[in-house]
Amino acid sequence: MKYAGLLVLPAGFFLSIAALVLFPSAFGRAVFVVCGLAVEGLGLAVAVRGHMPPRQERRL
Amino acid sequence: MNAAPLPRMSDAVFALTLALLLVAPLAVAGVALVNAGLGRSRSAAQALLGNLAIMSVSALVFALVGAAFAGCLPGGAGHVFHLAGKPWNWLGEGAFPLGGFAAAPLHAQLALLFEFLAVAMAAMLPWGSGADRWRLAAGLAAAAILAAIVFPLLAHWIWDGGWLAQLGLNFSLGAGFLDPGGAATVHALGGLSALAVVWIAGPRRGKFPNEGLSTAMPGHNAAYVLFGCLLAFTGWLAWNAAGAILWLRAPLAALPSTVINTLLSAAASLAATFAVTRIRFGKPDASLCANGWLAGLVASSACAALVTPGEAIFTGACAGIFTPLLVELLELALSIDDPSGAITVHGAAGLWGLFAAGLFAHRPGQLLAQLTGIAALVGVILPLVYLLFALLNRIVPFRVDPEGERIGMDLHELGGGAYPEFVIHRDESYR
Repeated sequence: MKYAGLLVLPAGFFLSIAALVLFPSAFGRAVFVVCGLAVEGLGLAVAVRGHMPPRQERRL
Repeated sequence: MNAAPLPRMSDAVFALTLALLLVAPLAVAGVALVNAGLGRSRSAAQALLGNLAIMSVSALVFALVGAAFAGCLPGGAGHVFHLAGKPWNWLGEGAFPLGGFAAAPLHAQLALLFEFLAVAMAAMLPWGSGADRWRLAAGLAAAAILAAIVFPLLAHWIWDGGWLAQLGLNFSLGAGFLDPGGAATVHALGGLSALAVVWIAGPRRGKFPNEGLSTAMPGHNAAYVLFGCLLAFTGWLAWNAAGAILWLRAPLAALPSTVINTLLSAAASLAATFAVTRIRFGKPDASLCANGWLAGLVASSACAALVTPGEAIFTGACAGIFTPLLVELLELALSIDDPSGAITVHGAAGLWGLFAAGLFAHRPGQLLAQLTGIAALVGVILPLVYLLFALLNRIVPFRVDPEGERIGMDLHELGGGAYPEFVIHRDESYR
């Protein structure tokens, strides 16, 4: 899972770059750049989750 | 930021910038002292020796290899590919080692000196996060990788006319990605590298026991930490002022406001952290307040030369509020063991400062340029550093063996402790 998360990070970056190339309008660019950052956030969350050391469940 | 031809630098500006760059290493010294103080007493000598050795290795490797890829000195046009009719300058081109330095304009020579300091600081930041378990040899090898590959790449993109610097020219995004004090090239890079190191090396033994909360492992010397903050502050003032001259070509009249904004950002950040820790724990926490102070300085690296005093206060206050909360979140909820707090202080605060610089900029498209730069840092630099460090870990294992961790890095790696006349108490934290 940690590698999947790390692979999603460049995907978010390419989404942001694609926005600059494909959209002439400022609004379209802004929306897609923010979407790219959101994808990166997801990837980061997955990578963090994948790197968490396994811990025994706490007993109540 | 160097997309346009370099203007001729007057003697007075040259002398002032050189003087500022001679004071700026105090920031490096201060951060080194903070990192040593936040680690354990049985690893203090290894921590400080590691900082010195990392500075040496990064300077040598950057001189021999990295400076050519950064493209700081006038030389080739850089490595460019064309996409959608736009040039994408992604890597510098220069002669090895430091070819053309003597004949370079004064501005380029000072820019190179700035990059030497920046690479030393960036390579040093992950060292504090790997404290008490990261082997010296692995730390030096990681510093060499950062100085040879990653830092030059980023410095070229942002400072030496690369594609991020040219976002304004090619896509009408403000003045391109702005980072006069190194919030991206130094601090975000250092913080993200720290995250990669912590992931690869894992937490300190006993930090996250199978049952119960994580074990508190407080720093061994709060006086080092707090004095380090004062030392770093002095260096930071010079660092931000020199960065404004070199990367924004700011006039001398703009320097007092840059310095004042640096001070205000740090002050607001400390005040906010002080208040947050006082509310949460009943008393202000010294190490978190130190982290808050540094986070304010880091945030100011991006925006001190670009914002008004009120905006600097807001930027610092936000950094000071999220720093203690994020440190707590990383440790308690996400099981990330970061003794120096570099991931939060340098990584998160650096990214926040870059965002704030775009938020308060008075140029259309500047915020989008800053967001694109942030996307490059998180989307390209973090995976790249992780990949390189994971490969390195297979050749030079990052983590010390359990016995070495038990007796401490000083005895294990250096054969002697930092405090030989003190009795070090038995560690009760291993459960």
